[in-house]
This record gives sequence, C-alpha cells and structure tokens, in this order.
Amino acid sequence: MKKLLLSLVTVLLVAVACGEDEGASVVGGDPAGTTVTLMTHDSFAISGSVWEAFTAETGVTVQLLQVGDAGTMVSEAILTKDAPIADVVFGVDNTFLQRGLDADIFAPYESRNLDVVFDHLKLDDNNRVTPISFGDVCINYWIDALPGTVAPATLEDLTDARYASQLVVQSPETSSPGLAFLLATISGTDDWEQYWADLVANDVSITAGWEDAYYGEFIAGGGDRSIVVSYASSPPAEVIFADPPIDTAPTGVLLDSCFRQIEFAGILAGTDNPAGAAALIDFMLTNTFQEDVPLNMFVFPASQSAGLPPEFVEHTTVPVEPHIMDPAEIEANRDRWVDRWVEIVLG
Amino acid sequence: MRTRERIGVGDALMLLPALFIGLFFLFPVGTVLWRGLGGEGLDAVFDLAKSPRQRDVLWFTFWQAAVSTALTVAVALPAAATVGGLSDRARRFVRSLVTVPFVLPTVVVAGAFDELFFATGLDTGDFRLRHTVWAILIAHVFFNYAVVVRVVGTACAGLDGRQAEAARVLGATRWQAWRAVTLPRLRPAIASASAIVFLFSFTSFGAVLILGGPKRATLETEIYRYAVSRTDLTRAAALAVVQLVAVLALVAVSTWLERRRPATTRMARPTRTLGSRPGRWLNVGMATALLGAPLAVLIERSFSTGTGYGLSHYQALGTRVRQLPAPATTALWNSLHYAALATVLAVLIGVVASVVVVHGRSGSRRLFDLGLTLPLGTSAVTIGFGILIALDEPPVDFRTRWWIIPVAHALVGVPFVVRTMVPLLRSIDPSIREAAAVLGASPSRVRREIDLMIGARGALVGGGFAFAVSLGEFGATSFLPRRPEDLTAPVALFRLLSTPGDLLRGQAMALAVVLMVFVTVSVFVIESSRGTAEGSL
Repeated sequence: MKKLLLSLVTVLLVAVACGEDEGASVVGGDPAGTTVTLMTHDSFAISGSVWEAFTAETGVTVQLLQVGDAGTMVSEAILTKDAPIADVVFGVDNTFLQRGLDADIFAPYESRNLDVVFDHLKLDDNNRVTPISFGDVCINYWIDALPGTVAPATLEDLTDARYASQLVVQSPETSSPGLAFLLATISGTDDWEQYWADLVANDVSITAGWEDAYYGEFIAGGGDRSIVVSYASSPPAEVIFADPPIDTAPTGVLLDSCFRQIEFAGILAGTDNPAGAAALIDFMLTNTFQEDVPLNMFVFPASQSAGLPPEFVEHTTVPVEPHIMDPAEIEANRDRWVDRWVEIVLG
Repeated sequence: MRTRERIGVGDALMLLPALFIGLFFLFPVGTVLWRGLGGEGLDAVFDLAKSPRQRDVLWFTFWQAAVSTALTVAVALPAAATVGGLSDRARRFVRSLVTVPFVLPTVVVAGAFDELFFATGLDTGDFRLRHTVWAILIAHVFFNYAVVVRVVGTACAGLDGRQAEAARVLGATRWQAWRAVTLPRLRPAIASASAIVFLFSFTSFGAVLILGGPKRATLETEIYRYAVSRTDLTRAAALAVVQLVAVLALVAVSTWLERRRPATTRMARPTRTLGSRPGRWLNVGMATALLGAPLAVLIERSFSTGTGYGLSHYQALGTRVRQLPAPATTALWNSLHYAALATVLAVLIGVVASVVVVHGRSGSRRLFDLGLTLPLGTSAVTIGFGILIALDEPPVDFRTRWWIIPVAHALVGVPFVVRTMVPLLRSIDPSIREAAAVLGASPSRVRREIDLMIGARGALVGGGFAFAVSLGEFGATSFLPRRPEDLTAPVALFRLLSTPGDLLRGQAMALAVVLMVFVTVSVFVIESSRGTAEGSL
C-alpha cells in the first residue's frame, strides 16, 4: 500500500515540479531548417506535393497535427495556451473565432500576401488570424424528389405546406452546419423564433449531426426527405464521387439560405518558431496552396488570384449574397440563441 | 497462506498497474477537473443539482444504463450458456464473432439501424423506433451483447457440470438445476459483465445522440456539449465529477455483488443445462437476427456499386482519396498495430492487477478494483483533454507522441482483462491450491501454476476485448492530436462519411466490413494462443 501511494506521489511530484516554464524564445530571421507544427481538424487535407513545394521554397518542414472537429480544436488550443502543441492553427471558423480571440491564443501577423484575400473575408482588423478559405452552409435539395419538382427559392418557402415533412436540419447544439443554418435564419428572416415555430409546424426533422441528416433522412442515403442542410459544395462532391459517373448533380442549392463559413489560420502566441509560422501563413495564401484547396476540402480559396478546378466550378453555385455575421455578435448571443432554439424546436 | 514472500512480490507487482493508471488516467483526469472547476471548486458541482435539466439528465443517464444492462443480460445470458457448452473451437469462433459490433463506429451502426427502421416502417407512426429511447436500448444490446456472451460464456465453460447433473439425477428439473446450482456459480461473472455493460451504456455517446435523437441527453453528451460546443470547462468539469462519483459508486456496488458468495470451480466438464433445447435455440436465433440484420445491411452496402454488385469499394481502399491524408489501407495497418500494442499493455497490466485484486491486502485490493475500472466509465472528453493538458511538460511530455493513442486505448482495455479474470480467479477451488501446497509447491509457484493457468483463459478473453475496443476506438482518439500518417481506421471511416458521394460512402462501408473481419480473425487468434491450456483444464 505504501509503495502504491509512493509511486502515485512520485508521479504527481514530477509532473507538478515541471509546472513552471520559460516564455517563447523568439527566433527571428531565416526559418530555414526549422520545423513548423500546424494544428488542424480532421477534415483538413492537402496534396503532399504542396508541402514539398513549401519546403523547397523556404527550407521549412511542416508537421501536421490533427484533432476532431473545429470546435474540439479551438477548445484544445485554448486549453494548451501556456504550452502550445503547435506553432500555427488552421480551421478556426467565424463561428468559433471570437472564442479564440477572447482567450488571446493568437499572435498578430500581417501576411505579406494578405492583399490577394477577398476583403469581406477579413474579419479581424488586428490580423490575429488570416482568412485561408471559405464555404457556404446551404439548404440542398434532391431535384427529382421535390414535391411537384418545384425547388424552394427562399427561406420562407420552407414553411410552405408544399414542403411539409421534407426538411431535415442538424441541431445547432451538436453540429456546425446546424449552427450555421440557425445563424442564417436569424440573419435572413424578420422573426427567427416565429420562423422556427413555423418549420416545426411544417414537420421539420432534427438530427444530431450532418451524417445522420444527409445519409439517414435525406434521399441520398435512402431516407425519404428531399431537403437537407448541407454545403454549397455538396453538389460537386455528388458528381465527383458518383458511382456510376454522372454529368449533372442530383442536388441543388437554395441560395437564399446560405451562411458563409470562413476558415482562418493563426499563429499561436506561445510559438517558439514565429519566423517559420509566418512563412507558413504566407505560403497558405500562395496559389500553390490555394489552388489545391477546393478539391481536397471542398471549400473555396480565400485568394482572388487562385484559379479554380473546372470540375469544381462546373457544378458549384456560389451564393452572391450569403448571410454573414460578425464573430463578436455570434459569440455574444450564441448560447442564448441555441437555448431559445432548443425551447422552440425540441420543446 | 500469508507468507512474507507473497506480500513482497505482490507489492512490487503493484507498481506497474499503479504507475500506469496514475500517470495516464488519475493524473490527467485530476488535472483537467482541477483546472475546469478552477475557483468555483465544488460549488460548480452543487450548482448542477439546482438545474432541473441536469437532474433530468442524471436520472435519464442512470435509468437507460440500468435498463440497457438488464436487457443485455436477459438477451445474452442464454446465448452465453449455449456458448459455454460448445466445443472449444466453436466456442472461440462464436466468442470472436460477437466482438464485431465493438469495432463499428456508432455512426455506421446507427445508419444501418435507421435503414432497417425505414425498411420496416418503424421510422414513423405509433410503433416508431427511430429517435426513441427504444432505439438507444436496442443499440446498447447490440453493442454490449459480446460482453455478456464472452465474460459469462467463459465462466460457464469452466463450470463443473457434474453438480448440476447430480441435481438432475436427484429429481430437479433442468430449470431448477440451473437456478439452484449453475446460476449462483455464474453470479460473479454476471456481476462483472453487468458492470461493464452498465459503464458502457452510462458513457455511450453516439447511440444516444444519433439513434435517440437530439432531444436525449446523458452526462456524456452534456460533457461534450459544454466542453466542445460551448467551451464552458467549468460546467463540463462539474458534470465530469458527477460522472466519476456515479461510476465509483456503481463499481463499488458491483464489486460487492461480485464478491458475494464466490462459488468454486474445479474446471471439469462443461455444464449444458440451461433451458430446453428449442427455447435456447430460439433465443440464439433472435439474437442472431438482432446482431446480424444491421451487419447484413453494412455488408450489402459495401458490395453494392453503381452498376450492381462488385468489389470496387474494397479495391479502392488501397488508393488515397483526397479526403484522407493516407490510403485507408494505411489506416487499417495503423489500427492493427495500435490494437496489438494496446492488447499487450492491457493484458500485462490487467493480469498483474487481477492477481492483486484477488490476493492483495484489502486496501490495495479495493483501490485497484475501483481505480482500474474507472476509465471505462469516464468520458472520452475528460481523458483526451486530461492527457493533453497534464502530460505537457518533460519528463512526461507525451501528449503528441504516437504511442499515447494505444496507451489511451489500453486504459479502456485493462478493465476488461480485470473483469474477465477476477471472477475466474475467485472461483478457483481453494482445495486445488491447498493440494498444490501440500504437494510442496511454494505459494508463488501455486500462484503461477494454478492462478495463472486458470486465469490465462480470462486474460486472453479480456485481451480479445482490449483488441476489439482499440480497433474500434474513436472518442479518445479524436481528441488526441495525431500526425496524418497515424490515421486510424475509425477516424478514416468517419472522414469518408463526411463528404457526399456514393464512392466515398461505399469505401466507408468496405472499410467497416474489413474491420469486422479483422476483429473476428484477430480475437480468434488471440484466444487460440492458449487453446491447449484451456482444453486440458
């Protein structure tokens, strides 16, 4: 017994004794020969040749670390603020951004390539984060299965009796597209609480996550509902990964319903390789990186000068005026909105 | 029997499991709870009691786990008895086959259940199952069936059938003989299996969210919601404390049940006395349907291509699709590798711990019993975040090492080894040990030769569990930062299912089926490695 306690105490002591740590030592100048660690979520994907190009150009090697989803990643970046596991994070979106900013996890950095980025994507004036890509969460519909094959044109249309029992939506409590769609309705309707009450009256179905909505209840997976919350890039994915091959997407997008999700990269304040981190952020805005983004992650590059792959453009409709919301407004109201949504919809 | 040598060896041995659980579980979980509760301390925990929603959540978490456990035992017990009466090889095969649900991600199983509900009209209407508590309970029986069949089946196989036969000769009916003679002897194993099923159901995440629908919440889903969706670590930590306390209480009760009336065994002819033959086969048939139907859906989907049926989804596993950082085959290889490591670790630590639990002094005994079972009832969020913030400084800066993943898997594997082995060790007839001692064997030799020989069966069955658990683990893995080349099969599967497209979905189904085959074969091989020993006992 004594030895058991002793061993436990030793472990605790060793760990506690190491609680103090040195601050970040600034490595200035040329980062060549260093390794920079990029923390990102599990949906991140980029071609190996892109990283090779980065190393050839700068002499810096990239080490990727991936964790769960964007929410998990932000929580973990905040938790490990004092002893960061990475130099750069990528994949913080505008619905989680303010949380990271409030926790002071980012070091400001104005990339020398920032000029190429679409202006409307730049949400932080202090450049603590840099926009890298964007996509839209939109209502998708299975064209052939729509009642009377008439596509809904506005958010309000979804409350029409014609589309009764047709819509499936993810819960904003557990799903990122679910939250995005809730924000779209808050931004896009006069009275979002009444709107959701109308959707409930029209027999909207709620699932916990994207997978059980799209593959569970939506026609695509054998379900019987023809309208689902998904992405503007879902139709091109349906074509590119079709079996057997098809020429046109079986799904369409309701442009009035889209909420823009912008993904940012940021240098973690505790990094000991700021020069390497900066080089990586710069590189992520070059055409080499940006043009590789669409077909790997099914989102758009943030750079205006990046070309788009033809098979991506052909089946993608880009909403002209997606709903956009200030991250600070989202963070200030999110919990209240979601709680209210739960009351109205899940009752 | 309490000689100096025995105590010395016991104490030295205790270090291994104590260090393991201390460093990789107690320290991380303690750190994350301490940090989460912060200035509020236990007030945050007491605040929970004031919230009606949280009281409902706690109550629902408890009762659904209790009902899931009762249902699983009721459904699986006859099968366990049947399996116990099979030949060695057949028994091992069935025991391997039932582990299949362990490696299937909930999102995949839920999809299969949903398809069955749609196909049978149970998705809507008066008899709907979709998004009801029934769907959760059915899924829990599906996932936990193996626990009862394997733990109780193993104990059954070791029972001396002669006593039951004697009861029958003396005029007892088959049912009376089973109730009066066999059941009491199985009680420790049933208690052990029930504890595992309860803890699994208590911390079940995907089944609750996906099959139960967004209205249902358990402690586990609430911890996730506060830790990840809301970054409210105080609330999450308070919920985690409640979860830990509840699990501690439960394990204490179950150990007490398990130790009550330890029946003895001589390891002779297997018992074959449960119920009438037709009744037993009816039960097994129903269970096969319950387990088999969702699996059949997955298998069908994996072969279904755009042009009929074929192997194209399986062939695709070798080529990297853009959504994955490596081909699915790499992920499969990693998963096998991690599972092997996790199994070796879990068996090593579990065997030592079991010996301590059975032979150690009462203090350390109870501590081990409780401590080693805790990870099974602890949220993946708590473990993942805990490792991340506690093991972050030299000499224990382990949070981004690749091996932390199999270590985290082994945390969940150890309780399986302990819970399978301990009832077996307890059931050893003291006269066997005494006979060995009389014949001149030293206490350590008695332990080595008799306890380990008989316990080996439990260790291997527990090792099979550890392997299956690791192969299918998704929760803790997804919270630990991984290099892309360390991708595991369940993570790859999840990725494949998160972009639309028939090719990706087909590949995900093929990957699931390959995992099913891998786990069956691997568990069979693991348990066969001491087949001769088992047969000779």
